[in-house]
Amino acid sequence: MHGEPRPFWHPLAAGVLLGLVLLLTFLVTGHGLGASGFFTRLAAAVGGWLAPAASAANAYLGPYVGGASLAGWITWEILGVFLGGLIGSLWSGRFRLGVEGGRSQPTGRRLAYAFLGGILVGFGSRLARGCTSGLGLSGGAVLSVGGFLFLAGFFAAGLLVMQAMRKEWS
Amino acid sequence: MSLPAYDGSAWAALVLGILFGLALEGGGLGSPRKLTAQFTFRDFTVLKVMLTAVVTCALGLWLLRSAGIVTGGVYIPTPYYWAFLAGGALIGAGFAVGGYCPGTSTVGFAAGRLDALVFMADMVAGVGLFAGGFSWLEPFYTAAQGPERQTMDGLLGLPAWAVILAVAGMTAAVFAVGGRLERKLDGPISASDLVPVEKNDAEVRT
Repeated sequence: MHGEPRPFWHPLAAGVLLGLVLLLTFLVTGHGLGASGFFTRLAAAVGGWLAPAASAANAYLGPYVGGASLAGWITWEILGVFLGGLIGSLWSGRFRLGVEGGRSQPTGRRLAYAFLGGILVGFGSRLARGCTSGLGLSGGAVLSVGGFLFLAGFFAAGLLVMQAMRKEWS
Repeated sequence: MSLPAYDGSAWAALVLGILFGLALEGGGLGSPRKLTAQFTFRDFTVLKVMLTAVVTCALGLWLLRSAGIVTGGVYIPTPYYWAFLAGGALIGAGFAVGGYCPGTSTVGFAAGRLDALVFMADMVAGVGLFAGGFSWLEPFYTAAQGPERQTMDGLLGLPAWAVILAVAGMTAAVFAVGGRLERKLDGPISASDLVPVEKNDAEVRT
């Protein structure tokens, strides 16, 4: 686990490989790769466990609440993403147990920002009906207007908010 | 055999997910420092990898369809202009603040990052917040619906290959300009750059 980690792949190689995986996904399933759909199902499962009546009655999450909130293609895919990340990082010596943040950022503050960012992304992914994987990547690859619109909003807001966050990440 | 195969099996999902995770981790997209450095222009990995992947897949689909190998339809999202733009902006903001998006946080956690676990738990909370306010949000959520399965080639009245060529040109420009900015700003962030940071942190914290 220690010692020098192997370098990341060249972005061109990583991009071509990611594109081929995405192409294979379209050929096998007829749709692209995703991620946020899993967290929607997880929210339905957690909601069904914490407040079953309110969650089942909820107009948005209700249809997912019940015996098998997590049963779906996206759950298996995300399990695979986790395994792929684990195998890749262990294999390359890049696995590091810890908290990653800006160099002078205290751990508590890094976790507070992760907390806030997670809420914004969870909320935003439901509003947009997808995330960087499902809309940006998969939607972009089928040349959808929705995918490019999503990416425009993503990069504009990211650049803007980074002006305030720059010190935290330096 | 006609393609797509429309195979929704769990095994295919698991295998495709593993390949997706390997590609994200290999490209360095599990590191929040590397991911957020896109927005300071120190590291263009996010844009480089994403655009290259989009061009590769779009070109592959176009070639296979032109050759008559892919005959069936693939999923194309129907846009809701305001919700897509605002949702994308919220994810961009959350990415700059929290360091991840849904897929990259999964890979970040898999590679041992505990901040990614916090991020993932709070995405669930964010979904809950959206669901709680859904009746109030619904008019905005469904406003300004575009044509079903709207594509850039359809919108611009261009052949698909011309749009793919334009995106490929944009990708080449990102590699050229991004590479120059990276060198100027002491980037891109390498895997070994991420190691001493944690050692320093450990010294500070003990």
